[in-house]
Amino acid sequence: MIERILDVAIAGLMLGGIYALIAVGLSLQYGVARVLNIAHGEFIMLGAFISWSLYTIFGINPLVSLAICGPVVFVIGFILYRTMYTSLRNSSASPAVFEGKSLLASFGLVFIIQNVAILIWGADIKGYSYLAFPVNFGGAKFAANRLVTLGFAIIIGLVFYLFLARSRLGKAIRAAAQDPSAAGLMGVNINQVLALCFGFGALMAGLGGTLISMSYQIEPTMGMEYTIIALIVIVLGGLGSIPGSFIGGFVLGLVGSIVTYIQPGLSLVAYYVIFMILLVAKPTGILGK
Amino acid sequence: MDIAKVVSKRSFMLWVSFLVLILLATSPLYAPEYTVILLTSIFMYIVITVSWAMFSGPTGYISLASAAFFGVGIYTSAILGKTLPLPLIIIIGGLVSFCLGLLVGALTLRLRGVYFIMFTFGLVELLLHFILWWEVNITGTTGRVVPTMSNTTVYYLMLIIFVILMLTTYFISRSRYGLAMQSIGEYEEAAAHTGVNVTTVKVITFAVSAFFMGAAGTIMATRWTYIDPRIAFNPTISFLPVMMAIFGGAGHLYGPVIGAALFTYLEEFLITRFPYYYMLIFGIILVVTILYLPDGLVGVIQKLWKRILEMKHADT
Repeated sequence: MIERILDVAIAGLMLGGIYALIAVGLSLQYGVARVLNIAHGEFIMLGAFISWSLYTIFGINPLVSLAICGPVVFVIGFILYRTMYTSLRNSSASPAVFEGKSLLASFGLVFIIQNVAILIWGADIKGYSYLAFPVNFGGAKFAANRLVTLGFAIIIGLVFYLFLARSRLGKAIRAAAQDPSAAGLMGVNINQVLALCFGFGALMAGLGGTLISMSYQIEPTMGMEYTIIALIVIVLGGLGSIPGSFIGGFVLGLVGSIVTYIQPGLSLVAYYVIFMILLVAKPTGILGK
Repeated sequence: MDIAKVVSKRSFMLWVSFLVLILLATSPLYAPEYTVILLTSIFMYIVITVSWAMFSGPTGYISLASAAFFGVGIYTSAILGKTLPLPLIIIIGGLVSFCLGLLVGALTLRLRGVYFIMFTFGLVELLLHFILWWEVNITGTTGRVVPTMSNTTVYYLMLIIFVILMLTTYFISRSRYGLAMQSIGEYEEAAAHTGVNVTTVKVITFAVSAFFMGAAGTIMATRWTYIDPRIAFNPTISFLPVMMAIFGGAGHLYGPVIGAALFTYLEEFLITRFPYYYMLIFGIILVVTILYLPDGLVGVIQKLWKRILEMKHADT
């Protein structure tokens, strides 16, 4: 019995690690840069496919490609914000208008990135085998790559938290999240900070993508599912709250694992039910203001 | 003088619409079968897009629930297809969607902005995955067969729905009711304070738009013969009307019609040969529209028209 509980709990934590990581990225993009980036999953997909290519063509270790994918996706995100989203922000009369417009522009990005990826990599499902041997963990067996994924997800999350809490740039980001115009008056280069935030969000997605590609199958249309999961998590944790997203990720992972144990196939349904109940009953989430 | 001009302009538009309608209604008599099928697809997208714009255009609430309402129509058709005559099924499909619209509208009353968008999108995915699970685990079958109709029947039914929808949209936009919706889009609190029953207006319009999407789904199901949850609740059906309406100009009566017609034609032209380029072009056009054409294609045409008129004025 204890073995079984442990089994479900650890499987949930491993799922939750990935959820937490991608949700923190989306939370940063929405909470600070005010872009509800529907194309978030597409950045995850890019990270996954770049790692796949690096592994199958050049034999590069996926843990090394974390250091390649992250920056590449970061640059794409940063440039996108400096060009497209900044010009939308300047032409929008109010933050609410910008939210609507940037959301629709992200829709366009979904179709652009997804189909460019199909043109480059083809529409098939892909995957590779890395650290796929089983590890015995208190009687329950897990694939080593999933444990590594969980470890990296926690490390990346902690490093990022320390960066936000301790560094000068982190302070500027937190200020911009509270009140962009006041932060601008205090000498924060607001356009730069918002673009950096969007870039960091993309970076988290890219890292998440690399970790996902280590233990799951990947395909160019995989992005939407992860976008939706990230959305559910950030609502669960409270929109704009980064620690909330991190905790929310693990909560949702555990829920998914428990539901899969009771009734396989219903985990996504359970996510949506939780999501919709939350939206109606407590849209501010666990740690929301 | 001015009034006479306005009246003559309106009656002119009326006559043009009437003529186009006659041409469309008689097209199965002289046009090749392929054209009739293409026109049916075009009308399907127009119906979905115009019903989407009916609610989302004036109020500014972006709904991504279109695929849910459309899918409910499709499933109604599949379940009742063998037992009832089609016109009755269309009305039932529409009514089921209408009720779902009422329910969703009532649940999401307090949700604004992104929360509303996320809820409506979650609805599509919830229905999709629930029905998938239901079919696999409870009934043990995936997918259903729908009794087919002739292409001409499907075409006429879609045309009728289209005409009813256009009349409804036209009268709503010219009524006090339409003004109320416009005011919600401008400033919801102010609308409530000036005596608009914000809740009722939003929920009823949302449900009416759902009715038409459901009806369109019921009709289209008979053309696809086989359906399963992934076909019926395809999220693309939620995204396309948003893009088509914004490209055409969501705030105008004809904007969504033009957007949907152009895009469906483009799809027909590109999707068989370059399916991925089609979606890629779609995405690029959407981004360009949002960046540079805030009022869509109709907005551009109106601006050009105004400039031409001004030039004429300057000449005389």
